[in-house]
Amino acid sequence: MVAIGVENLTKSFNGLVAVAGISFSVPEGELFGLLGPNGAGKTTTINMLSTLLRPTSGHAEVAGFDVSRNRDAVRKSIGIVFQEPALDTKLTGRENLEFHAMMYGMGKEKRRQRIRQVLDLVELADKRDVLVEKFSGGMKRRLEIARCLVHRPKVFFLDEPTLGLDAQTRRNIWDYIKKLNRERGVSIILTTHYMEEADFLCDRVAIMDHGKFVALDTPAKLKDLIGGDVVTLEVEGEIASLLEEFRKQDWIKTVAAHDSLLSLTVEKGERRIPQLIEAARMNGVRVTSVHLRKPSLEDVFLHFTGRTIRDQQASQSERNRARMRGHFRRAR
Amino acid sequence: MIDRTAITVLWLREMKRFMRAKSRIIGALAMPLFFLGFLGLGFRRMAVPGMEAGVGYIRFLVPGILGMSLLFSSTFGGLSVLWDREFGFLKEIMVAPVTRVSIVLGRIAGGVTTALIQSLLILIISFLMGFRVPSAFLFLPALVFMILISVTFLGLGLIFASKMRDMQGFSIVMNFVIFPLFFLSGALYPLSNFPRWLRTLSYLDPLTYGVDGLRGTLIGFSSHPVVFNLVLMVVFSALMIGLGAYFFEKSEGV
Repeated sequence: MVAIGVENLTKSFNGLVAVAGISFSVPEGELFGLLGPNGAGKTTTINMLSTLLRPTSGHAEVAGFDVSRNRDAVRKSIGIVFQEPALDTKLTGRENLEFHAMMYGMGKEKRRQRIRQVLDLVELADKRDVLVEKFSGGMKRRLEIARCLVHRPKVFFLDEPTLGLDAQTRRNIWDYIKKLNRERGVSIILTTHYMEEADFLCDRVAIMDHGKFVALDTPAKLKDLIGGDVVTLEVEGEIASLLEEFRKQDWIKTVAAHDSLLSLTVEKGERRIPQLIEAARMNGVRVTSVHLRKPSLEDVFLHFTGRTIRDQQASQSERNRARMRGHFRRAR
Repeated sequence: MIDRTAITVLWLREMKRFMRAKSRIIGALAMPLFFLGFLGLGFRRMAVPGMEAGVGYIRFLVPGILGMSLLFSSTFGGLSVLWDREFGFLKEIMVAPVTRVSIVLGRIAGGVTTALIQSLLILIISFLMGFRVPSAFLFLPALVFMILISVTFLGLGLIFASKMRDMQGFSIVMNFVIFPLFFLSGALYPLSNFPRWLRTLSYLDPLTYGVDGLRGTLIGFSSHPVVFNLVLMVVFSALMIGLGAYFFEKSEGV
């Protein structure tokens, strides 16, 4: 069975196209990633699949139910962790779970048992009677993951599950996600703009930009598309003739220059470095440093869009959001 | 269609939040009590034209202040959807597999209960100030009016909440909707003193009939027959809840 089937799904807001006709399907039990910069349309896609937004056109099925026509059946089958916390901070951890379990129509005994289970899983059992407003960001995220598990969803959506969390907490969350997928066979769709997250977690990754998929495959195959290692040379001097020479070599797949940095894609990079330095010397360019690495999804993104993922901008808006949330809380 | 568990759990949540926010209760009680205290004492010996002889101003004022408290707390109760949107919790409610009608009814159940608790506290305090009711049996019909007023304005709050994206428009609603509704209702003075055009506006204000109904039941004096007020309030509350539910259903969940 397929967990998700999407055909030509489109959403526009007042003529502004956020998602521009994407199609894909996710088999049951897969961990599927939507990778892209902020504003690529990832969250809008998730919101349509979870019935929060109505598609402008196209067709989507989740767990076998149509998201436009059979909304309640879809809602019963899914669990979702939103990008922003969606907890009632004036209730305790357990009360938030209790609320959720009741909304999903669970009986008293079942509620008690499941809530204890999920609190143990995310290691929050000792904090269950603390008001959520006293929770840290990581604890809130863990509680939200626990909450989704209370009703045992078939399909699990995670929108930027580790946004704004520290490295340690991020690792823990990753472990929970993996465990969930491997041990319980839950199909998971997560969005992220962290390359290493998509790479580490996902069976398949769709790279999204401006509302469209630019690539969709396993992380390994996507990286193979780059066709070699990434060698970065820091240089001094006039580089025009050197660039021309590099472009003539068939073992150099791509050449890109940013100021004094040359970025090349080279097969068996470590064996070609001496040749690269020699070529530079012949063209009167001094190489001041060399860096070689295996390609990442970042390179894949660059390859397909000509841009790097705007991580800088993303972290900026994260800080703004955090500040605004703090402000609202005080104002209240 | 109507999910009783969902309504119960939404109501329960509202009760827990209400009981934990002591400052909110005190804040919500302060304004009506100031109005009652200062206006009541300040105009105590005043003979207001249009008021039946022998009805002291405090007796006249108490039902008006109850109406005021119900108006404010219920409209805010409806608008509190915006807080849930701001804090993200609305999404948790909106992805739950319950009908939107149940969500609206759950909010109304919670909103009516909190508004009633506040009004009953005001009523108790006004008893301490010397307010008396002709017969204890009149509480029941008065309670019906209180519920109808609360439901009407919870509906109004929901309509605004569905049309607004955030709390930015809050003070506009407060100053250009809630306060005019309050002053037009005759909660503080008999409407017979208004010029004709203003009185016409008053007749469009649901609170006018709510306050008049409360006067009819609590002090046995009203401009319109109590049954007439009752019928109009039933119509208003059904209409507002219908509209509130309609707009809430239509507004998208994020």
